Amino acid sequence: MDFEWTLFVESLPALARGAATTAELAFVSICGGLVLGLMGGLARVSGIAALNAFALFCVTLLRGVPLLVTMLFFYYGLPSLGLLLEAKTVAILALSLTNGAYVTEIVRAGIQSIDRGQMRAARSLGMGWALAMRRIVLPQALRRVLPPIGNEAITLLKNTALVSVIAIPDLLRAGTDIMTWQANTFSPFAGVALMYLMMTLPLVWLVARLESRWRVA
Amino acid sequence: MSVIAVRNLHKSYGKTPVLRGVDLAVAKGETVCVIGPSGSGKSTLLQCLNGLEPFESGEVIVAGQHIGWGRGGARIPEREMTFARRRIGIVFQQFNLFPHMSALANVMEAPVQVLKRPRAVVEAEARALLARVGLAHKADAYPADLSGGQQQRVAIARALAMQPEVMLFDEVTSALDPELVGEVLAVMRGLAKDGMTMLVVTHEMGFAREAADRVIFMDGGLVVEQGPPAEVLGRPREARTREFLGRVLRPESIEA
Repeated sequence: MDFEWTLFVESLPALARGAATTAELAFVSICGGLVLGLMGGLARVSGIAALNAFALFCVTLLRGVPLLVTMLFFYYGLPSLGLLLEAKTVAILALSLTNGAYVTEIVRAGIQSIDRGQMRAARSLGMGWALAMRRIVLPQALRRVLPPIGNEAITLLKNTALVSVIAIPDLLRAGTDIMTWQANTFSPFAGVALMYLMMTLPLVWLVARLESRWRVA
Repeated sequence: MSVIAVRNLHKSYGKTPVLRGVDLAVAKGETVCVIGPSGSGKSTLLQCLNGLEPFESGEVIVAGQHIGWGRGGARIPEREMTFARRRIGIVFQQFNLFPHMSALANVMEAPVQVLKRPRAVVEAEARALLARVGLAHKADAYPADLSGGQQQRVAIARALAMQPEVMLFDEVTSALDPELVGEVLAVMRGLAKDGMTMLVVTHEMGFAREAADRVIFMDGGLVVEQGPPAEVLGRPREARTREFLGRVLRPESIEA
């Protein structure tokens, strides 16, 4: 046990700078993943065979390949195709796409869990498919899948730790840097763990709040 | 001029024929009840009339719009049928109220979202419709807090809010507890009296006898017999009708 209180406290400012990067990546990628997942989920239930097949193909690919591999592929593989992306762009792309794949399937399952009579009733009132989906089916479906979508957001936040392998100064990277300088593992990583935990709390709170506000039905 | 005109309607689920050449006409202001054993195709017929169920062939014209197939046998575009559904009200066995909306919001939804009419006008009309079905005091209640009979009455008000030319009722009392059936039938009786054109698929022989202008008996995917309720229900010509009515009206002693 080599925990040193002063080293722990002294490492906090550097860790906080890393945490800011992690939070930024997580926030942008969660938003990106939600948008992609919503589009993907709608594509899966659209009844348009080509759209469904394309969405399913992307989902299968992104879920089947480890996020770390996807990220490294974008970082090292794409430049050889002449596409040179900034490390941060690569991170956001890989995180959003992978998260979007999981959210796609959650949204699809949510939509399919809503009684078919809802769509029938909406259509019989003269609503088109898109209007019925937006006003009647999606509000009920999204309410239902809020908890698993919250899970995915928390998973994504923690998966941002992988970006340190493409030289982004995130929270984990800040921790390993301090470890190298100070030759002490335990003290900085206690701070790292604590900060990841603290960053998940707002997400937990947000999901709980949305759930209680949307409790009707 | 018929509000509903059906000629030689054929429909099957896979290889099982459900409708085998149905002919049907409902005149403006008429209330027609469709009776028949389960599996006779009467519910399917109703679902075909607003284009929610596709069918193989036949000419169906409802509220002046071809449904499913056009005159030359060309498929009617979905957009056109969506437009036609504005004028075809339908009430389902399972109510299908929108659970995330209050009773009032359920009734206002289509006029506001589909017809883009001003909220204030629509709200006044919706409250009047809820009063008409006896639920003015439940405007702010959510479906989960309403009884089956109340939910079904809201569903009727919701369909009426589009000011349809015709109302289709698909076994609307079949999912209700017996003591709640009466309140729904009373609303429908009132509608019939006010001159609404109605096609009612039902097991309620009492309602058919009192409220219908005409009764249609279906069996095996065909219209077997039709006429005034006193004739079809009182002096049926066809053996199949007699047999069905015998089973429905004089059930064998039911063991407890």
